[in-house]
Amino acid sequence: MKSTTVLEAQKISKYFHDPVTIKILNEVSFSLQSSEFVSVIGKSGCGKSTLLYILSTMDTDYEGEVIIDGMSMRGKKEDELARVRNEKIGFVFQFHYLLNEFNVLQNVMLPGLKLGKYSEQEIEHRAYEKLSILGIKEEAFKMPNQLSGGQKQRVAIARALINEPLLIMGDEPTGNLDKKNSEIVFHIFEELAQVYKQTLLIVTHDNEFADRTSRIIEMEDGQIIKM
Amino acid sequence: MKYRLIFRIAYSLLLARWKQTLVAAIGVTFSITMFITLLSFMSGLNDLLDGLILNRTPHVRMYKEIQVSKKQPIDYIQKATQGHNFIKSVKPKKDRIDIYNSEQIIQSLKKDTRVLGVAPKITAQVFFNVGSIDLTGSINGIDTEEENRLFKFSDYVTSGNFMDLKNVPNSIILGKGLATNMMVNIGDVVQVTTSKGEQFSLKVVGYFQSGLQDLDKVQSYASIKTTQKLLNQSENYITDIQVKLKDILWAPPTAKEYQEIYQIDAIDIQKANSQFETGSSVRSLISYAVGITLLIVAGFGIYNILNMLIYEKMDSIAILKAVGFSGQDVNLVFITIALSIGIFGGSLGLLGGFGLSSLIDQIPFNTESLPTIKTYPINYNPKFYMIGGVFSIITTYLAGYFPAKKASTIDPVIIIRGK
Repeated sequence: MKSTTVLEAQKISKYFHDPVTIKILNEVSFSLQSSEFVSVIGKSGCGKSTLLYILSTMDTDYEGEVIIDGMSMRGKKEDELARVRNEKIGFVFQFHYLLNEFNVLQNVMLPGLKLGKYSEQEIEHRAYEKLSILGIKEEAFKMPNQLSGGQKQRVAIARALINEPLLIMGDEPTGNLDKKNSEIVFHIFEELAQVYKQTLLIVTHDNEFADRTSRIIEMEDGQIIKM
Repeated sequence: MKYRLIFRIAYSLLLARWKQTLVAAIGVTFSITMFITLLSFMSGLNDLLDGLILNRTPHVRMYKEIQVSKKQPIDYIQKATQGHNFIKSVKPKKDRIDIYNSEQIIQSLKKDTRVLGVAPKITAQVFFNVGSIDLTGSINGIDTEEENRLFKFSDYVTSGNFMDLKNVPNSIILGKGLATNMMVNIGDVVQVTTSKGEQFSLKVVGYFQSGLQDLDKVQSYASIKTTQKLLNQSENYITDIQVKLKDILWAPPTAKEYQEIYQIDAIDIQKANSQFETGSSVRSLISYAVGITLLIVAGFGIYNILNMLIYEKMDSIAILKAVGFSGQDVNLVFITIALSIGIFGGSLGLLGGFGLSSLIDQIPFNTESLPTIKTYPINYNPKFYMIGGVFSIITTYLAGYFPAKKASTIDPVIIIRGK
């Protein structure tokens, strides 16, 4: 399979102004090829999460360039960025962030319905498919608060997968989970990378997790020291 | 597709806090109910009070006024080439007070397509003789049938049959207050002295009650023929011509026109009763102000609840944005919530307003001075319902606008990182 550049960061700098101006990211540049499974590690406060949110287009206050799928994100309007997130990026956060008002299946379907590329039946079918890949098909009609922490995180992963994104980003996706559930989630990521050739960019401080990914980017004081 | 999704999200957020939402909706319902009831009641009351005078007042009244001649004799002999004439102590000239050519004027008025009806009238000042005392009063000579058709005469005749005025020769209908003062009953005969000193006997066939006590103490009605006989005048003696038009708003220009055509004085109802117009408009203004204040208070309630909802659902909003919903989508969600509260609460309020005003319409309201009124007056004008409906939507939209704007600008990064 021919690899293409999915994501490119060019000299990204970011300042925090409160209470005093601190340069949190200093000209960070790297690129991500398709079907890579990359982890970003570093100590707390080194700017790895900040970098992730800039790359995810949610944070627009930065210097430098973010190029996703060959398109520069600079100068895009808020609704255009929302569209990019919807279509090309899947998110998994430390906390699951499921909507308690919707059942599991509806939560997974939500980004698909927003994209509106397929009919509702088709999206429902795909949502089932994702849930069964993640082994939680039986929970489809439960409400999020009836699930265990590990199950919730798997629903969140299913939600991230529904639009078949170019890239999945994770911000400490195992940070809130116990050893056993972390292992399950890691295996899911591994399977996605190897079987489905999914590109993954995961921020973590769990070195054990990082060691098992295909590429590690290590950060310190707002700079990449190893990649 | 897009709007269905927005509706679905709005609906689930609504249900998530259904108790507060219900309270907000009840606020709107209550204010719309009061708005409708207040306006219907107030406007019903206005119509009643206006009707007291306006229903009985001709739209255009033509009469002859005793006044000073516009051209004094000196104006005829000396053309004002230089200087001015100063005339002191000018007095009104002696002139007939009946309308000249009244028969022809009435015939020509009846042919006018704007006119609903014409009723001739004679007013005569008389004394009622009770023993050794004379009471001043006036007799209105009326065309009984036309008067009833145009000015609902029968509504005010509380005892006796108004048609007796026409059927019984030399009959009179007395004002209730006047009859009480004179201690006469129906069937009795009253003595009348005219201003020229002639005595006359008239048979009382009924009482009337106008609702204005002072009026009832001096007014009485007789047929035109009886009045002409009383005044010792010929059959075409008429002092007033009362015209009712098809639309009350045509009165001022029509009055002006008649004045020019027939060369007599004509006054329109608006000019003659301008104080009623003012009273009505001030009363409606007050009811609108109170109603709108109620709605604004309800609007603040919605604003509060939506604000609370936003703080509570911050996470949900953040994640919706993270997975690709734009600020505009989030904005739409909250506007939809606000409008749903407005539409739901507003429609219930319209029903409630109708119910409450119908209820008030059933409450007995008997008053001495208003013989035709049995219950509290209510005006079921669809205009009030329209204003109420539109206003409930506008206020809830405005109440939702700022919270929705706030929700749409929530930065998902801050929320997600904050955990």
